[in-house]
Amino acid sequence: MSDNTDKTRLLCDQVERACNSKTPLAIRAGNSKAFYGLDVEGEMLLLDGHQGILSYEASELVITARSGTRLSEIESALDEHGQQLAFEPPLHSDRATVGGAIASGLSGPARAFKGAARDFVLGAKIINGKGELMKFGGQVMKNVAGYDVSRLMVGAQGTLGVLMEISLKVLPKAEAETTLVFEVDAEKGHQWLRDWLHQGHPVTASCHYQGILSVRLSSTSNSIEQAHKKMGGETGASDLWPQLRHQTHPCFQQESLWRLSVAQSTAIHNEEKQLIEWGGALRWKVSNNDLFEQAKRLHGHATRYNINARSSDEIFQPLQPSMLAIQKRIKQAFDPENILNPNRLYKEL
Amino acid sequence: MQKVLPAGCVLHEAEDLSPYECDGLSAYQQVPMAVVLPETVSQIEQILTFCTKQKIPVVARGAGTGLSGGALPLENGVLISLAKFNRILDIDTENRTAVVQPGVRNLAISEAVSDHGLYYAPDPSSQIACSIGGNVAENAGGVHCLKYGLTVHNIVKLEVITMQGEHLTIGSEALDSPGYDLLALMTGSEGLLGIITEITVKLLPKPEAANVMLASFDDVATAGQAVSNVIAEGILPAGLELMDNAAIRAADDFVNAGYPRDAAAILLCEIDGTGAEVADQLSQARQVLRSSGATEIRVAQDEQQRAKFWAGRKAAFPAVGRLSPDYYCMDGTIPRHQIADVLTRISELSDEYGLPIVNVFHAGDGNLHPLILYDANIDGELERTEELGGRILEICVEAGGTITGEHGVGLEKINQMCIQFNDHELLQFHAIKQAFDPDGLLNPGKAIPTLHRCAEFGAMHVHHGQLPHPELERF
Repeated sequence: MSDNTDKTRLLCDQVERACNSKTPLAIRAGNSKAFYGLDVEGEMLLLDGHQGILSYEASELVITARSGTRLSEIESALDEHGQQLAFEPPLHSDRATVGGAIASGLSGPARAFKGAARDFVLGAKIINGKGELMKFGGQVMKNVAGYDVSRLMVGAQGTLGVLMEISLKVLPKAEAETTLVFEVDAEKGHQWLRDWLHQGHPVTASCHYQGILSVRLSSTSNSIEQAHKKMGGETGASDLWPQLRHQTHPCFQQESLWRLSVAQSTAIHNEEKQLIEWGGALRWKVSNNDLFEQAKRLHGHATRYNINARSSDEIFQPLQPSMLAIQKRIKQAFDPENILNPNRLYKEL
Repeated sequence: MQKVLPAGCVLHEAEDLSPYECDGLSAYQQVPMAVVLPETVSQIEQILTFCTKQKIPVVARGAGTGLSGGALPLENGVLISLAKFNRILDIDTENRTAVVQPGVRNLAISEAVSDHGLYYAPDPSSQIACSIGGNVAENAGGVHCLKYGLTVHNIVKLEVITMQGEHLTIGSEALDSPGYDLLALMTGSEGLLGIITEITVKLLPKPEAANVMLASFDDVATAGQAVSNVIAEGILPAGLELMDNAAIRAADDFVNAGYPRDAAAILLCEIDGTGAEVADQLSQARQVLRSSGATEIRVAQDEQQRAKFWAGRKAAFPAVGRLSPDYYCMDGTIPRHQIADVLTRISELSDEYGLPIVNVFHAGDGNLHPLILYDANIDGELERTEELGGRILEICVEAGGTITGEHGVGLEKINQMCIQFNDHELLQFHAIKQAFDPDGLLNPGKAIPTLHRCAEFGAMHVHHGQLPHPELERF
């Protein structure tokens, strides 16, 4: 195991001082997801170095680590026991941390089939905007004592609390994995996919891009063999999935890329150029105009997603007024002086 | 209220109110000032606006099957029953979701979508009767949580009205939403943050195959260890349940499940998935159980035998009910590797208090359900039972667990919240409550104790003996 350093006390003190002097804090760990949000101007609060796996027992299916622990370290610890973070968080660089993964709430190709980052959070230790250290949830599978504050932290990007420690549910890796490819248009391919899912085939990822539907199956070898027989298709290269997960696939290098999150069955127009994941629920497309209106019409939401550039434009879908109002009150409840990553998600939060 | 609601939807006579005086935790009873049974969302909004104006506290109630007193009425409050919100509004087979009203029974959802080959996964043991709205409020679990998650993992969208009459749409048909994850916050909030008026649930395809095996053990600790071994092997059972000897006998007497009556403990291990997965993992699990010290392993030979194995487990609570005039069900959850230790300590406490305890629980989740047998007609026995229950929960917290895995805090475990959380954390909970309900009118006095209450509870605890867990921080 690598460095094991507890900076909790120092970090609590820094937040408390910042609260007293009303100094905004820009929270940063591996800094691999700087693009995913608006710029925060403030004093740096560095989680890099607050690291170490605190407990991991394979038979408990739980790992607890300090927020600055690198994801790569966590994954190799799990790998030794044939386990994994089933939500497949992206590593935009090898500096990516577990704190950043949970704060951003981003999930990889398995999301639609195995669950999202939020689904695997069991507990968290956080510092609120007053510098108070608090623990919510725990290391057990079920825990309904008090409000589910640890899941509330997922995707909040530190604006409600600085993540200090995180407990995650982990899952065994499947015995076998196969990628099947089909030459089919997007609309028809996704109809097939919905049928396969309905039939209970062990699909754990899907991608449609440039006329090819790729499907990942994870299960026992016998089960995969049976599914392959029923589904047809050719076996394909499995290196597509890490490319999608870590967003190194050429699609993600495009400028003016948008992430569109919609219901799986939302109509697909074959003539549109896009990469589609999550059984149809996640669509990546290039557009020079913002897609917020389009996303709203589709009852989903859009995100500006330029990995290689910082943007001063809105990144996340604007919230409805009543929703924004309640979210502001929640922000106030955790961070009354508005010092934790202000503006990161929205100018109002 | 009578102006807002149709005739017969406002109850205020004593005989009409008494059916609402308690939920599934009948040890606590309180008749409310009035019960209202709204039929539309707009009526709920008007009731809430009226009560906010008049500063009248409100408690929402689904089917009233909760086990922690979460739906216990308030003497000076209005009880809103959501029983009339009992319609399934939409079934979307393409996205595998259903839109339902909060009063729809849990099992009714699975029944309604069964012809499409789908089902709703969370299955609390009260699923015949409990409502989906109550399930969301409590973040209900069940037998299949280890593999399929709790309510929070199986809903995608909620329509909510706050005490101030604000309408919020939380979540969506997409797989994520911008901003904070209020869906998680609302789930399990025990009716303190808003009234849920509509729920979109996720549906799963019925597994192609499922089978169960029954493993017997000479002692409970070995069975507890076997649970960890199964999980460590990379098997994720759909259900992994443990019953001790008292539970085995009670269930067998009640439904003739064919259980090994002399075993100290049995494990029921269910595997589901594709036909090949089930065959592969059953044989794998069988090996692990055998090498973990199981004295006998039976795999259900057909659907009928599988149903019989489960019948005993599902009837365990009522079966235990026949052993004693009353029983008290606890809900602590612990890390799996602590099962053997904690069960030993529970059995010592049982001897100390002279109250028998039966164990039947979700071992795969580490979610204990010790059933304390008592007789409410014996003076002081309920109080001793509650004290014993409190001590069991303290052991769970000490073992790294929680006071409630799936039943909720309600009124029942409110004192033990003071043990699990410190003052900062409790104040943070109150601040969240205030963001939604600034006047504190929605289900007040439940789920989150005031610091004052904790101070009193702490003092009382010291008075009765030594302070439990001197190592825990206290304020």
